[in-house]
Amino acid sequence: MKKYLTVALVGLMLLAMSSVGMAVTLEFQQWWEVELPAGVLRGIADEFTAQTGIEIQLLSNPYADTNTQIAAGAATGTMADVVGLDGAWVYDYAKQGAISNLSALMEKRGYNDAQLSDQIKVDGATYMIPVVNFAYPMLVNVDLLKEAGVTEMPKTWSEFKAAAQAVVNNTNAYGWVIPLSTSSPSGIQNQFMSWLWASGGFMLRDGRPDLVDNEKLIKTVEFVKSLFDENLIAPGAYSMTEATMVEEFVNGRVAFMTTSLAHINLIRQGAPNLNFQAIPLPVMDGYEGQSGVVVANWGIGIAANSKYQDEAMQFIEYLMSPEVNARLAEAANAFPGNIYAEPDYSAADPVFVDSYEIFKDSYAINEFTGLPTSEHLMRIFNDHLQLYIEGDIKSVDSMLEMIQEQWVRAF
Amino acid sequence: MKNVTAQSERGKNPRLRAIFKHSTPYLYLAPTLILMIVLLAVPIFMVIKYSFYDNVIINKNPVLVGLENYKTILSDVRFHKAVKNTLYFVGVSVVGHLIIGMSFSLLLNNRVFGPKTKGIFRVIYALPWMFTGAVIAILWQMMLNPNGVINYLLSVTGISSTKIAWLSDRSYALGAVTFMNIWAGYPFFMVSILAGLQGISEDLYEAASIDGANVFQQFFHVTIPQLKPILISLLTLDFVWTIFQFDLIWITTGGGPVYATETLSTYIYKQGFSRFQYSLASATAGLVLLACTIIAIFYARQQKEGV
Repeated sequence: MKKYLTVALVGLMLLAMSSVGMAVTLEFQQWWEVELPAGVLRGIADEFTAQTGIEIQLLSNPYADTNTQIAAGAATGTMADVVGLDGAWVYDYAKQGAISNLSALMEKRGYNDAQLSDQIKVDGATYMIPVVNFAYPMLVNVDLLKEAGVTEMPKTWSEFKAAAQAVVNNTNAYGWVIPLSTSSPSGIQNQFMSWLWASGGFMLRDGRPDLVDNEKLIKTVEFVKSLFDENLIAPGAYSMTEATMVEEFVNGRVAFMTTSLAHINLIRQGAPNLNFQAIPLPVMDGYEGQSGVVVANWGIGIAANSKYQDEAMQFIEYLMSPEVNARLAEAANAFPGNIYAEPDYSAADPVFVDSYEIFKDSYAINEFTGLPTSEHLMRIFNDHLQLYIEGDIKSVDSMLEMIQEQWVRAF
Repeated sequence: MKNVTAQSERGKNPRLRAIFKHSTPYLYLAPTLILMIVLLAVPIFMVIKYSFYDNVIINKNPVLVGLENYKTILSDVRFHKAVKNTLYFVGVSVVGHLIIGMSFSLLLNNRVFGPKTKGIFRVIYALPWMFTGAVIAILWQMMLNPNGVINYLLSVTGISSTKIAWLSDRSYALGAVTFMNIWAGYPFFMVSILAGLQGISEDLYEAASIDGANVFQQFFHVTIPQLKPILISLLTLDFVWTIFQFDLIWITTGGGPVYATETLSTYIYKQGFSRFQYSLASATAGLVLLACTIIAIFYARQQKEGV
């Protein structure tokens, strides 16, 4: 009897072990689920599981936490199988060998990459695929502008400043808001450089820093400093994160905010009755060319330490398939990463529809994407910008020289 | 049958029996020793090893550079600033924890309040200890927001009408994060000191009272000497823990504005996870380890003397 019992137990154990070996579970670390309407990403993942039998475990945290966890995972070789990536992180993780060469995986699986709207490459190989793209227009609290007596939306910097001044003078709110926290210095990319890029300026030339004697950049720094000097910017900028910035807007404490369209959902949830709209970012006085609009991506990559490279690529292919990609873009208020995806924006938020028109009239730009240690570069710029605004650095030329000197070392 | 034979063989062989006898205590210690090696010795060894290479992890073929990373770190003005800020943060935090912890524990140990009142206050005073660093950071971030509760209270009480950006102003930021850390950490002192106070014999106070000692004299000549071993342990441990405080600072200020709250922990994090200079981060961690080791030796000596 004992013998039979032992044999039965061993058999059960072997069965359990073999079934464990068969079920593949992919960990998918990202910040998307937090920003999407509830259940959307889970639903898409479950559909993938139903089709393939591959389980998806969603590891969802806000953007900044995801960045920290992925960085830690990259250093220790414990990254989740599939990771949500920002274009700004790709260069470093690719150079570390922490993320897989997707070109090789796509070739191995015979995937047609011509359907992808973009691929983020390092040394000629793809390491990140943008799943959906977000534009950063300027959102305006229409009621605050009315209260301030501003009847027309600003199109130039001087009009913007006048409108911001009117808001400060006639309401309890501030004109504009910029998050410059050192912990997450993306405010330099999304809220500061967006002024430069909207006016046709660049911070790089031939892929190298071009800050010194850059006329448009100098004017941008002076413009932002003047907004600080005249107290038109919401207080607390130097420790403010993007999430807090959105809260300021939701609570009606600022009239203008440059932000990702991904935040429309958050704003609607936080303030369902807020009357706001999207406008193109005002441009430098006298500039009549086309505007660049900041684009950020929800990118995706595969951890080099993942045992399931093929399955992970299968999941990426699923997310990038026209139908799924379109659904994701609709839910996220974003533009699809697959050129054949046809999102139905008819039910989309009117602010998003307006932003789509702005996007179509502009060109997408983000010079930080693919730069080495781009977060570090933003942090250097951030610190020096604060020092200049506070008067510790006496001239904009000195400030830009100091930044350029440090940036060049990173290239 | 085989076991019986082996046991009888071992029983017969005195050398084997002696080896078995001597190794028994080590076998009992083995699980702990293995855990300590894996979780403590190996990581420390790796960090020290990394600090002598040009760069590791991102560089597949790192080159030995000796003390070069230590030279770079020690000549970095940001490191000097981080050390200065850390000393302020740790020093003020430890003293703050001690004063508040001692005050509250004395309040909870007095005879004026009944056991029920004491119980309620014990829970209230210990509340900050129940929260994680992230929760405390978010809580205080909201309260110290220019539009937050603190500025509102200052405004309605007529103390200040300006919206002070506590965490964004270089003049206030370090003080603000230190205050948060004091708030987060005093309950540990309070609970430990309270346990110590309850262990002091009433006879000592009675004797002091008969000798004519007033309340303050009793506090300095009875209470403090009796609590000395506990206080030294608390101060030493708190010093080491506070040096490594990271989440509170990172979430609220990220070491900014412009390095105003940069401490060694945020400095190491930025070296590692923003610049990907893991060897420089390891060298800094090595220096912190050295400082903590000195403290630990002092702590161990003190404990030994106490025994």
